[in-house]
Amino acid sequence: MNVVLITIISLGVLGALAAIILYFVAQKFKVFEDPRIDQVEEALPAANCGGCGFPGCRAFAEAMVKSDDISDLNCPVGGAETMSAAAAILGKEVSAADPMVAVVRCNGTCENRPRITEYDGATSCTIASSLYGGDTGCSNGCLGLGECVDACDFNAMYMDEETGLPVIIEDNCVSCGACVDACPKNIIELRKKGPKSRRIFVSCVNTDKGAPAKKACSAACIACKKCQKICPFDAITVENNLAYIDYNKCKLCRKCVAECPTNAIHMVNFPPPKPKVEKKVEESAE
Amino acid sequence: MNRLTVSPSPHVHSGDSVKKNMYGVIIALVPALAASLYYFGLGAAIVTITAVLSCVFFEWAIQKFLLQNESTIMDGSAALTGLLLAFNMPTNLPIWIIIIGSLVAIGIGKMSFGGLGNNPFNPALVGRVFLLISFPVQMTLWPKPIESQAHYLDAETGATPLSIMKEGLANGETVSSLMNHAEMPSISEMFFGLSGGSAGEIAAAALLIGLLFMLIRKIITWHIPVAVIGSIAVFTGILHLASPETYAGPLFHLLTGGVMLGAIFMATDYVSSPMANKGMIIYGIGIGVITVVIRVFGAYPEGVSFAILIMNGFVPLIDKYVKPKRFGEVVKPAKA
Amino acid sequence: MLKTFSLGGVHPAENKFSAGQKIEVLPVPEQVSVPIAQHIGAPSEPIVKKGDEVKVGQLIAKSTGFVSANIHSPVSGKVFKVDNILDASGYKRQAIIIKTEGDEWDESIDRSEELVKEITATPEEIIKKVGEAGIVGLGGATFPAHVKLSVPPGKTCEVLILNGVECEPYLTADHQLMMEKGDEIMVGTQILMKALKVDKAIIGIENNKPDAIKHMTDLALKYEGISIQALKVQYPQGGEKQLINACISRQIPSGKLPIEVGAVVQNVGTTLAVYEAVQKNKPLFERIVTVTGKSVAKPSNFMARVGTPLNQLIEAAGGLPQDTGKVIGGGPMMGKALSSTDVPITKGSSGILIMPQEIAKRGKMEACIRCSKCVSVCPMGLSPYLLMTVSDKAIWDRAEEEKIMDCIECGSCSFTCPANRPLLDYIRLGKGNVGRIMRSRTK
Repeated sequence: MNVVLITIISLGVLGALAAIILYFVAQKFKVFEDPRIDQVEEALPAANCGGCGFPGCRAFAEAMVKSDDISDLNCPVGGAETMSAAAAILGKEVSAADPMVAVVRCNGTCENRPRITEYDGATSCTIASSLYGGDTGCSNGCLGLGECVDACDFNAMYMDEETGLPVIIEDNCVSCGACVDACPKNIIELRKKGPKSRRIFVSCVNTDKGAPAKKACSAACIACKKCQKICPFDAITVENNLAYIDYNKCKLCRKCVAECPTNAIHMVNFPPPKPKVEKKVEESAE
Repeated sequence: MNRLTVSPSPHVHSGDSVKKNMYGVIIALVPALAASLYYFGLGAAIVTITAVLSCVFFEWAIQKFLLQNESTIMDGSAALTGLLLAFNMPTNLPIWIIIIGSLVAIGIGKMSFGGLGNNPFNPALVGRVFLLISFPVQMTLWPKPIESQAHYLDAETGATPLSIMKEGLANGETVSSLMNHAEMPSISEMFFGLSGGSAGEIAAAALLIGLLFMLIRKIITWHIPVAVIGSIAVFTGILHLASPETYAGPLFHLLTGGVMLGAIFMATDYVSSPMANKGMIIYGIGIGVITVVIRVFGAYPEGVSFAILIMNGFVPLIDKYVKPKRFGEVVKPAKA
Repeated sequence: MLKTFSLGGVHPAENKFSAGQKIEVLPVPEQVSVPIAQHIGAPSEPIVKKGDEVKVGQLIAKSTGFVSANIHSPVSGKVFKVDNILDASGYKRQAIIIKTEGDEWDESIDRSEELVKEITATPEEIIKKVGEAGIVGLGGATFPAHVKLSVPPGKTCEVLILNGVECEPYLTADHQLMMEKGDEIMVGTQILMKALKVDKAIIGIENNKPDAIKHMTDLALKYEGISIQALKVQYPQGGEKQLINACISRQIPSGKLPIEVGAVVQNVGTTLAVYEAVQKNKPLFERIVTVTGKSVAKPSNFMARVGTPLNQLIEAAGGLPQDTGKVIGGGPMMGKALSSTDVPITKGSSGILIMPQEIAKRGKMEACIRCSKCVSVCPMGLSPYLLMTVSDKAIWDRAEEEKIMDCIECGSCSFTCPANRPLLDYIRLGKGNVGRIMRSRTK
């Protein structure tokens, strides 16, 4: 019994001593940090993906607390909800930024764009693109080796085996921009998600003239400028043999989609067009 | 015409492969295998076959059912681990112990780290040391050579040179009297393998043939074997010179126990040894010194396995600080 | 014991199928596409436009900086257009396309075959002429020669070393040049010695060319200051760092140029071009190209004009074999695999190697077994296994610490690796990124 009592008392005293020493040391060496940083960090999604441009959520929280003007700061993963919650902690308001999504601007599938050589190097888009323009006739198009898919931390991308192109799962995409940075050919772009997730874009980045572009890929933009002419909102520019739709000006009227002779302009999440009703021509009475 | 292949340079390859190197080492072990079959006969055959088959089986099974990745049993590394594990065992070891050893060697020593290329320790030695510590009695009963040719579990056992020397010195006898002990083989008998010991360590001559083969085929370089053998010879030589009757001579230490097997085949394992030549020499010297310290001052009669495993642990440190000689570091002014 | 360099190296199978084939002058092509970026440094600027008439040897693109080169027309005719075409880089780049008419040479060029031994030009005039003639390193590196000859203030050149090594398997262009144009190369050497103000030149030749060693040694007796050094066959002996180490036992410190140890290295083909430029006023517009390969019907050494489509050379060598798997511009260790045979010959095209399908594909990549063979063959003493890992994981500061920029991209590591790891692919990726980071620091 005595032994047990002695053990309990001695260990208890040791523990208490240690606690007291630690308490005073912690107080003496305490680093003052604005408590709001912790609060803002709590409101953030803790993905540490770097999509905001800062190295980790804590760094972003620090930036938010320390900046006077937070209108430039945005957390793409958390979106408007997170930003307004975080801003509220600081007693400020932020305007909701338009939700963005990554878009793969190439439709050079195995069917559209025949392979003319066989690549046998390391499985890396950067290595392949430093070697040559790719295994097809289009030197701007997707190489299909999946560096973008590897870069995605949010399970928002996968490689379609049949087409050879990456696919973006828009529900998972948080527009962090990792895939955009990973692609050595600048094929992926962050564009506005659009009302009801509808958007229109030119799915091609080929800068060759019309004839060689079409020869290499049947879905290429041939810079015929028909889309530019028909757009009622001046949203389309054609530069370097390539058409580009400005997502801020585009009003989703879809006129360009119908005009494009190679179907290079894609529309996403629109209802299918109504089937044309054939009017039976009534035979003239006479 | 077929499509042209495009890839970055170089466009030719030496033809070397992992398979060639692993099977090359296995071929280098054939003389030692022949010696072990000659001296220990049935026991050697059973132990070797069991170890090799169970190592290959465990690697296949782990890869298929646990890791669910591609099988690598055809590259020869599992078979090599099995062969080396067998060579580190006494030839009267029961089958169930051998199988446990294989499971530890392959499962813990190799696959748990990520398979070939990722294991920091020599898998065969991990298995062997595990068995030595878990089954100390069975792992230290050594069948007598020639006499046990037709026997396996019932083989008559005797002492090894190292144990005779260790126990004798502890009892106060002198080195020279122990060297003439009734059960102590002569130096030439030790060189050709007529001595007690584990299956593969007895015949220094056979192991040296294997070394020559590997050097010619450029499977290993001379640095590690020479460093281990050299440092043991020098250390024990100094001790023997200082006190010839308390410390056995270099030749004795080199030809007994697992020094030859360890220096030539165990320490030179690619994955667990350093990458730079200078690092290999430091590694070899470390093994030599620790071996002698354990043998002479420690509790065990044999220290090679422990020495190699300890130095395996130092390899990442050695690789970090000992870099290969770089071009342009030494500028020799010469007559142009 | 034959001399060689001190660290690493490999010995790939030599396969010199075209050895001994006399130089065959190809007929002038019907059309040439002359790229404006055929050299290290800034691309040249075209000074002709569609419709202009040009003569052989006429300046058609001028140098745009110190490290840049002039480009001269290889044919006479009319400029068809200046456009982007697919070239050996794998991308479309600007080239001057000329439709041939006749074969009229610029009047200033001396077309006679006689050897002109006397060197009347001063060192400054020599360097100027070399620059004007658009001469670049013909070993394949295409570094502008006049830049190499301009010794920076504070440094002295002690010896000129000529690269007659041709360490790449299959290629025999330099070998043939030494056998057929030995005297011209000797005079060219003396011209270079005069420009560099040295009295000593060493020509390094590998031991697999005994006839060239004998021939050049005999010739060298007639020329003051030139000696021949026979070298043990080992790749990459032709790399200038390794060649200097082998010939004069000096090692260039990391990040520095050969002039740091008092040497300047030039290829024997470049030396011949210097002779022709200084003594015959002939600018650089044609070169020897080896066409070779196991299935090639007629392995040959052709004299071809720059801008000639590859197809023409392949046809002259017996046509593209049925079992062709890869077409390589250059040798098998450092040459570039081409995506099409429609690309033009450039100043740096030392050879065309056609590989049959059986050997065109790489082996399957396995995990690194830490055998350290890559470390033992690296001629620069680096650790390729480590450089690949850090480049793959984008740890650029570690890559810089491990001296990734010292890599000469010889390919010995990938050649040797038993696990078929694409070591050089990742090291090149790493070099590109580390180089970019280092350059942005100095801005």
